[in-house]
Amino acid sequence: MTGSETVGLLALETPFDGALSLDPLVVAVIFAMAVVTVVAKTGGIWLVRRVDVSDRVQAGLDVLPGAIVIAILGPELAAGGPAEWGGAAVVLVVMWRTKSILLALCAGVAAVVAFRAVV
Amino acid sequence: MEQTQRGESPRESDATSGERGEEPTEPESEPVTFGLSGLRAGFLTCVPIAFGVAGYGVAFGVLASQAGLSVAEATLMSATVFAGAAQIIAVELWTEPIPIAALVVTTFAVNLRYSLMGAALQPWLGRLSPTKIYSSLCLMADENWALTMREFRAGNGRGAFLLGSGIALWLFWVVSTILGTVAGGSVGDPNRYGVDFILVAVFVALVVELWDGRSTLAPWIVALATSVVAAELLSGQWYILLGGLTAALLEVIRHDG
Repeated sequence: MTGSETVGLLALETPFDGALSLDPLVVAVIFAMAVVTVVAKTGGIWLVRRVDVSDRVQAGLDVLPGAIVIAILGPELAAGGPAEWGGAAVVLVVMWRTKSILLALCAGVAAVVAFRAVV
Repeated sequence: MEQTQRGESPRESDATSGERGEEPTEPESEPVTFGLSGLRAGFLTCVPIAFGVAGYGVAFGVLASQAGLSVAEATLMSATVFAGAAQIIAVELWTEPIPIAALVVTTFAVNLRYSLMGAALQPWLGRLSPTKIYSSLCLMADENWALTMREFRAGNGRGAFLLGSGIALWLFWVVSTILGTVAGGSVGDPNRYGVDFILVAVFVALVVELWDGRSTLAPWIVALATSVVAAELLSGQWYILLGGLTAALLEVIRHDG
């Protein structure tokens, strides 16, 4: 272990000393992250509002919501196991039958916790 | 912000919202309002989910303090950046000296999916003033995007829903960050309580809402195949962007075909 790492560890042991400290460079980096995040969040709608959207492009935009949801879910579930797949199935069925998102979420999360304990 | 800009028949759409008919395909026909009722509905609907998100806020706070950020710095990041995945990745990259370019570029890349998600809300949000659109979008996260999409498609044109649900998420995110940085490592793994499954569950529920008959099948299969392959081949979250874009592109090509 090098000297500088030891100093770092010692500093961590008394975290409340610097709890309210704001390093100017750290603040600048955080603001830069905030700016690019706002650009990312608003950029898409900004563009769509500027350009003239043809019927053809509109047809593409119409399928975006479902496509994004599937694109987020697919790899997430592929990386999961039987417990996650079972939980997803529970959400699907409860949502389909009751149309209540809160009920579906509670049932799904409870099912995952239960399945993980068993599997 | 309290006035509502209602059309000729403000609550007309409520009567049909229970029936899954043609209303989602023609959002232009519904008036979009921006008032306290939408703000409150968004906030209240999102609170249970925000409670789960707070599990990640605590995790972020713990990681941030381990990376050497002070309570004030971590809280400032949660309050201004407000993007869970990007923030957690950022504090994992955080070293001394600070890799500024890598942090900023990674944050942008991880959050680029929000461009697509925001654009998907244009049919409804587009009829509000720019101030309302862009301030709402600043508080957009995966969870409240999903809830808002659901709300809009159900025929309730309450434009303030995104902002209200975003405020709920923001409050829980900031407070849980403070808890995490102060509590340090004494908090257990939030995944033990199934917190990591909440986001998946929200999106599975949304799949039920977004299913619109067989016309939905082709773009969804394309999105699924592209995203699963891209997630295998590429690092980061490019697979979301690629999955959404290829499905949209297919639809653009197929149009009138």
